[in-house]
Amino acid sequence: MSRRFTPKVVTANALLEGDVVYLTADDRWSRDHREAELIEDEAVAEERLLHAASQRRTIVGAYLADARPGPDGPEPAHFREVFRTRGPSNYAHGKQVDAPYV
Amino acid sequence: MYDYSEFDESFVRTRVAQFSDQVARRIDGSLTEEEFRPLRLMNGLYLQLHAYMLRVAIPYGTISPRQMRQLALIADRWDKGYGHFTTRQNIQFNWPKLPDVPAILAALADVQMHAIQTSGNTIRNVTADHFAGAAADEIEDPRPVAELLRQWSSDHPEFQFLPRKFKIAITGSPNDRAVTRAHDIGLRMVRNTAGEPGFEVIVGGGLGRTPMIGVTVRDFLPKADLLPYVEAVLSVYNTLGRRDNKYKARIKITVFETGAAEMTRMIEERFAQLRPLFGGNDQTLLADIEEAFATPAFRDAPTGACDLAYASDPVFRAWVDTNIAAHRNPQYAIVTVSLKAHGATPGDASSDQMRVIADVAESLGHSEIRISHEQNVILPHVHRSGLPALHAALQKVGLATANVGLISDIIACPGMDYCALATARSIPVAQKIATRFDDLKLEHDIGALKIKISGCINACGHHHVGHIGILGLDRAGVENYQITLGGDGTETAAIGERAGPGFAYDEIVPAVERLIHAYLEQRKAADETFLQTYRRLGAAPFKAALYPEGAPDAA
Repeated sequence: MSRRFTPKVVTANALLEGDVVYLTADDRWSRDHREAELIEDEAVAEERLLHAASQRRTIVGAYLADARPGPDGPEPAHFREVFRTRGPSNYAHGKQVDAPYV
Repeated sequence: MYDYSEFDESFVRTRVAQFSDQVARRIDGSLTEEEFRPLRLMNGLYLQLHAYMLRVAIPYGTISPRQMRQLALIADRWDKGYGHFTTRQNIQFNWPKLPDVPAILAALADVQMHAIQTSGNTIRNVTADHFAGAAADEIEDPRPVAELLRQWSSDHPEFQFLPRKFKIAITGSPNDRAVTRAHDIGLRMVRNTAGEPGFEVIVGGGLGRTPMIGVTVRDFLPKADLLPYVEAVLSVYNTLGRRDNKYKARIKITVFETGAAEMTRMIEERFAQLRPLFGGNDQTLLADIEEAFATPAFRDAPTGACDLAYASDPVFRAWVDTNIAAHRNPQYAIVTVSLKAHGATPGDASSDQMRVIADVAESLGHSEIRISHEQNVILPHVHRSGLPALHAALQKVGLATANVGLISDIIACPGMDYCALATARSIPVAQKIATRFDDLKLEHDIGALKIKISGCINACGHHHVGHIGILGLDRAGVENYQITLGGDGTETAAIGERAGPGFAYDEIVPAVERLIHAYLEQRKAADETFLQTYRRLGAAPFKAALYPEGAPDAA
């Protein structure tokens, strides 16, 4: 039996600001993880990643990150991705200021 | 300090113009990220977790007040009002935006600074003893040689595509404050039997995933032979170094796989070919450079005011006792300005703090400033009569913490709060250790102790050479911290030994606390340091303290 696919979001950094961004189902780049498209199918994930990577004037370094469904939208699965949703822990800088997300 | 020649100026300005054009072409889509990435890295621009990061070189840690003020201006205008000083004596800005980077580089060029070769498989910023030119134990100021190496290595056509990055450190003192034994090339000034200054040349040291102490390939190299010899080392490495495996590409692996004897033979053979080609031009240049590093005109004045303050003010006294080092002029002091206030981020300075450092360097320190690899700022030439005024000025901006060389004077890499390579956070661990031992009021009782924290195996936080080293890892999706013991970055260099299984994020500070209590119980006297106690007793009592049940959990 093949391993169950862990749901994914497509994430990257914005080209100009470097901000962490997420691909939405309607093809926008959101700074809010909860707006990301949660992809449950491996083939779709690969296709969405290719689509994202082609947007070279908007974003840098697109990749698939593990995520899971939550009450307000997708939530990051790994602590690294949790940090990326909010910013550094030593200062109130980054997303935790601009767009609070816990 | 060294002033740019017309050649330096034009070289840096040209690079700014080139990179400005490259940024414009990246933004308009003419360059892909794959094409742009090596170009931006050549100019010190990384993409990190939350933002871009610009790493600016501070050659051999020497910086002028004017340059420091410009860093403050850059921090205010294009970043978030602070900068982070690193273990390679560089400064990193954590929040630049790509379209602003050309303007930042132009502002740096205005004060003879740049970000060239702060990344990539090139010869990186040459680091030096941060007490250079001032230390009482110094044979000679190593910075003229470091500047010669900087000029030679900058844009050197043969060494722009080395198998891997290459780091050189240099010290002019027998007491090694520059971690020379953990560098690709370490240069340690020594005298020969005739009393002439030269260098012990150490090759193949390094930290990272395969930590190694370098091997001495020459016990004594005459000073005049330095440049052809270093070029010979690079040349042999460039030929032999592995390009098939990134993790085996550093010169430490080349030395290990080739053997120290054969490596030495090849270096000497290449040196014999190269030496005649230099024809003395390097020595003419070095003589010019040495003039730029003339000793300041030291004052001859009473130091009574300092003695008085020392006797009457316990806060000032504690600061003098911990943050002052012996200067070669007995009326003077070397002052280490701690960037490790308890609970603050190690190595960070706000723009206000930078400006105060620039001001006091001008008014009280012959306009000289150094950055240490331990992420502090040094005022190398302060007349003792000025120490009370200096202390008062530093106090106003939170820069007078009396903790240099103590448990809260921690080296910490940016870790997973910023770095894209990190596997765990470093900064909050450093903050928690510092505040915990400040709360316990044990810091001064514990005495000399170096804790160094890295947030991944690449070891930017030098954890292998910490008396207590902490390495943050990702274990099954959770932050986990390994402890190493007995590391030493000085002339008695040693790689720390792993104590055992790692600790969870909320267990690491209590673990360090148990270690310290074991040390306090075991030490023979208050002046036996942690490292001395560890060397006398070995790891057993410390492991027993770390794993009290005797059956540690698997990490």
